[in-house]
Amino acid sequence: MNLFTIVWLELGQRKTQLVSGILAITLGIGVIVAIRSISVVSEKAVAVNLDNLGANILVLPQGANVDNYYAADIDAPTLPEEYVERIVTSDLTGVDNLSPKLTRRININGQKLVLTGILPKNELASKPIWQNSGLFGGDLKVACGPNPSNETLGYKDEKLQRKSIDSLGISDCLIGSNAAIRLKVKEGDKIIVEGTELKIGKVLGETGTIDDDRVFAHLHTVQNILGIQGQVSAIEIMGCCNAISDGLLSKLRNILPDTKITTIGQIVSTQIKTNKLMNQISLIILIIIVFVGGISIGNYMWANVNERKREIGILRMIGYPKSSIYFVLMLKAAIMGLAGGIIGYLAGVVIAWFLGPYIAGVNIPPIPGLLIWSIVISVFISLVGSVLPAWFAARFEPFTNMQEV
Amino acid sequence: MTTILTVNNITKVYTMREGSVNALNEVSFAITKGDFVSITGPSGSGKTTLLLALSGLIRPTAGSIIFEEKHLEKASDKELAEFRKNNVGFVMQNFSLIPYMTAIQNVMIPLGLSGKTMIEQRELSEAVLGLVGLEDRKNHFPRELSAGQQQRVAIARALINNPTLIFADEPTGNLDPLLSTEILEFLKKINKERNITIMMVTHSPQAAEYGNTRIHLRNGTMDTLHSKETKTLTE
Repeated sequence: MNLFTIVWLELGQRKTQLVSGILAITLGIGVIVAIRSISVVSEKAVAVNLDNLGANILVLPQGANVDNYYAADIDAPTLPEEYVERIVTSDLTGVDNLSPKLTRRININGQKLVLTGILPKNELASKPIWQNSGLFGGDLKVACGPNPSNETLGYKDEKLQRKSIDSLGISDCLIGSNAAIRLKVKEGDKIIVEGTELKIGKVLGETGTIDDDRVFAHLHTVQNILGIQGQVSAIEIMGCCNAISDGLLSKLRNILPDTKITTIGQIVSTQIKTNKLMNQISLIILIIIVFVGGISIGNYMWANVNERKREIGILRMIGYPKSSIYFVLMLKAAIMGLAGGIIGYLAGVVIAWFLGPYIAGVNIPPIPGLLIWSIVISVFISLVGSVLPAWFAARFEPFTNMQEV
Repeated sequence: MTTILTVNNITKVYTMREGSVNALNEVSFAITKGDFVSITGPSGSGKTTLLLALSGLIRPTAGSIIFEEKHLEKASDKELAEFRKNNVGFVMQNFSLIPYMTAIQNVMIPLGLSGKTMIEQRELSEAVLGLVGLEDRKNHFPRELSAGQQQRVAIARALINNPTLIFADEPTGNLDPLLSTEILEFLKKINKERNITIMMVTHSPQAAEYGNTRIHLRNGTMDTLHSKETKTLTE
């Protein structure tokens, strides 16, 4: 016989009470695991979807504004391309992707179009000096979510206004659908831009945006065409929304003090709001669970302690010190919390698995990390709820067995 | 003859809403190792209070209780628990068995703090259950045992730690005369054979006869301390 055996044997008694005590915490943990699972997975899904929308931070020259940039003003100020390197070689975290662009309005065969120079992703990643940097050193994955995979997510969007391009040859270009119609060209044709011949790699699908009238070419080619070497109109950055919340913008401003750094408000605020909402829901439920679960377990322990007064009296009479009684009850609470945490986690996984597709439109796989979290929360709630009953039980006088006083 | 327990002028006052009750009033006596003491008296005379005080379950309001040179009235809760664990066995009228534990598990309870392995505990408990004639009932729950058998399990539990003292509170109160005699004979036997001091509270004059010393209480005051060997020792 030892204290563990005493707890174990007692747990086998009063099964209905035990089950109802564990059930309260199990349901609570189950609900919160389900919500958390759904929110985490849908948060990732939202992050991927938002990533597909494109960059959410713009680095502009001092004095420029977003209108200048989108209007592709001929006299719009520029900033050095070298700033890209500053960002890439810094120790910034939360920058998923960045794309320097140079944009100007041009005239091709009498058609007024927008020429945009872009630095393709593969070129950014291939620069030796950037190989070991935080952004490209070994891991090009998103800092705040899953790596958006076009295949798995069925990404077919060809909008490039605020997106990066994976690869683009120095003499190649991509052309918007309207521009192609106006210039009467197709894929494989060549166009002459300010005396430079560019081969059309692809005619982009119709987007209904300014991209339809745009010609995309390699940044360095466009710089040569326009005669503004080493300059860009803007650097577009895909920043992790959490990192933006955590001050990514001010860190960028420290690195690039003579620039104007702005967020594309709608996207960022949507990202932040979505994450905040999910986290707030989880937090609110967690608080409710802590109260309801704690009170429920505490209530069970009160009832249990009162029912077991005689047994506790026997143990005290025989010579068990108060600390042993306290230990026995807290151990029981911990075991109940452990059981509640594990069963609650499993219940939450099942709930999320069933409800995920309906609520968030995504399949919710189990998140193993939540098991530890469930157990910790559940045991904590159980112990907190049991502290007072256990303390009072330990103070029971050992002579509760005696027939007459 | 070694004095094992010395009681000097102990008084116990219970303070309640309605006022104070003097449960014990300056009771003094000394008990020798191996005594079988019967504590008698009418209801409310303070018998159980005396037993509680002697066994370290309550502290007297005044006076001293000395067990082998240790003052129990000054001992901390922890020290009193230690005293009970190492020196005392209890046999109660209601048997005080834990209902969801088998006979052997009930007997093993005092060993829970002994540091002995489960195998050692089980062997010891089986031996003691054999002593009370219940080895074949070791895996029975209290509800599956007769009243007499339950009391024998309680006695086995009281004996498991080789106590110096056994405190018995109306041990035959719930038993028929035949079983009462059986239990009393058994207590007498362990008193003689193991030289264990027994202090037994009883209403029954027949049970009281088993003691070689009798303490009679009336209204919290010791009426007589009577020894069969020496007749009246003190008053």
